[in-house]
Amino acid sequence: MKKDEEFMPRILAFLCNWCSYAGADLAGTSRLKYPPSILPIRVMCSSRVDPLFIVKAYLGGIDGVLLAGCHPGDCHYEKGNYYTRRRFALIKKIFEELDMEADRLLLSWISASEGPKYAKVATEFTEKIKKLGENPAKNKIFL
Amino acid sequence: MTKTLKINKNVEQGILELLRFLLDGGKVSGVFTLKRINKEGSVAYSLVTRSDELEDAVPLFPLMPVNAGKLLSRFSLRGKSNKPVAAVVKPCELRAFIELVKREQGSLENIFFISSTCGGVYPIEMAVDGAVENNLSKYWEAVKKGEIPAQIRPACRGCVEFKPYTADMTVDLVGSSDIDKRCMILLNTKNGEELAQDMKGDFLEKELDKKILDKFQNKREAERKKLFDEIEEKMKGLDGFIDIFGKCLGCHGCSKVCPICYCKLCEFESPDSEYKPSNYESDLKKRGGLKVPPGTVYFQIGRLDHIAISCVGCGACEDVCPVDIPISIIFKKVGESVQKLFDYIPGRDVKEEIPLLTFEKDELSEVED
Ligand code: SF4
Ligand code: SF4
Ligand code: FES
Repeated sequence: MKKDEEFMPRILAFLCNWCSYAGADLAGTSRLKYPPSILPIRVMCSSRVDPLFIVKAYLGGIDGVLLAGCHPGDCHYEKGNYYTRRRFALIKKIFEELDMEADRLLLSWISASEGPKYAKVATEFTEKIKKLGENPAKNKIFL
Repeated sequence: MTKTLKINKNVEQGILELLRFLLDGGKVSGVFTLKRINKEGSVAYSLVTRSDELEDAVPLFPLMPVNAGKLLSRFSLRGKSNKPVAAVVKPCELRAFIELVKREQGSLENIFFISSTCGGVYPIEMAVDGAVENNLSKYWEAVKKGEIPAQIRPACRGCVEFKPYTADMTVDLVGSSDIDKRCMILLNTKNGEELAQDMKGDFLEKELDKKILDKFQNKREAERKKLFDEIEEKMKGLDGFIDIFGKCLGCHGCSKVCPICYCKLCEFESPDSEYKPSNYESDLKKRGGLKVPPGTVYFQIGRLDHIAISCVGCGACEDVCPVDIPISIIFKKVGESVQKLFDYIPGRDVKEEIPLLTFEKDELSEVED
């Protein structure tokens, strides 16, 4: 990255197939504006995301991780996102305790009809990560 | 008040007498206890069925060669014990076993638990040259006075869960000034009462001395704070983490001895965790260098993710670490913080579900956006 270029974070987004991915799709087809920072991965349910995926992504140097699923009560598999929330709370707490920039991790509920919310979350999260700067893991050799 | 058996002998003799009574009277078929292996102070957990084999048993020996929770899991993994067994274990060993039972790695059935208020155990390295043996009298002096014995495991120094939650019997040790003369055993459960019935000794009603134990608790809490503060000072982000774990050998000894790490096929030892040439290439392109083999930080954070929720703070991990990384303090500290999220104390009650296997519909709004 050249000095004068603005830092554009790379954010990994795990989006559940039934809600958040559709929400992201809607944001796109509605031509809503949001930064090109998001690398989406479609998962069948937010609960498919092993917290270790998040750890791996972080150590791999990704600047932020967004985990998005259906609103509580709306999970296609009824309770997947309730488990997601607990697992996310746990891994976030571990990051906090290790003083490891837990702010790089975000959990959000985005329904299929919430294109605007997706755009908003993507924009705001990108702004937040921009303030944090690059993930320091990127340049570490000892991992 | 709790029904209590008072045996007019020193505490070690007293508990041996109880164990003999249980075996000879046919109340249990086996006793699971620490037993001396040789004169140098090596002890091992053993299952004893004949009371003469109890001669060199040392149920209260301040050493934890392996967390007994792990051993009792192996004992009952393939099926519950058909015959009643009395197990003498430390409080954190009992809690570890409960956590394993929750994970279907053992059965509580037909095992009766005798535990104690716990003064802590010495690091394993002190067992090899007789150092534990030489320290025993000092150990018991400290325990009697309700003080923290010198040189015990760091995890024990800062342990505030020194009272067993679910033991059938609790031996009153910490701060109990006359353990040289008598042995007090609180019979906490119906099973405990039935086992002790007809035993020679006095039966009375008693509670553990709250004042004495509160004082002890305060001392432990002060130590705990010191240990946590020290580690917090070092645990500053990824750099701090790398600093601490930079000398990790990757032997995975810490997970091998951890009672909560029960997986036979560890994810971090599976072929999936092995770097392929393409992984090296892509990582090296990014970083320009890479520790070989990579994965130390991933292993440690991964292990935290897997077991911090149930870490009982026994200190076994740190005890075996060849390079003296303060792992147990790190795991205990992070563990307690995640346990607090769910108001969970590992091993407190077998009916309490592991927090990650259940949920409340309305909770944790602070982590969602
Ligand atoms: S025991 Fe110590 S050296 Fe071995 S893997 Fe654990 S932390 Fe690393
Ligand atoms: S992580 Fe260490 S202190 Fe915690 S239960 Fe496992 S061995 Fe004991
Ligand atoms: S399907 Fe969307 S969170 Fe489960």
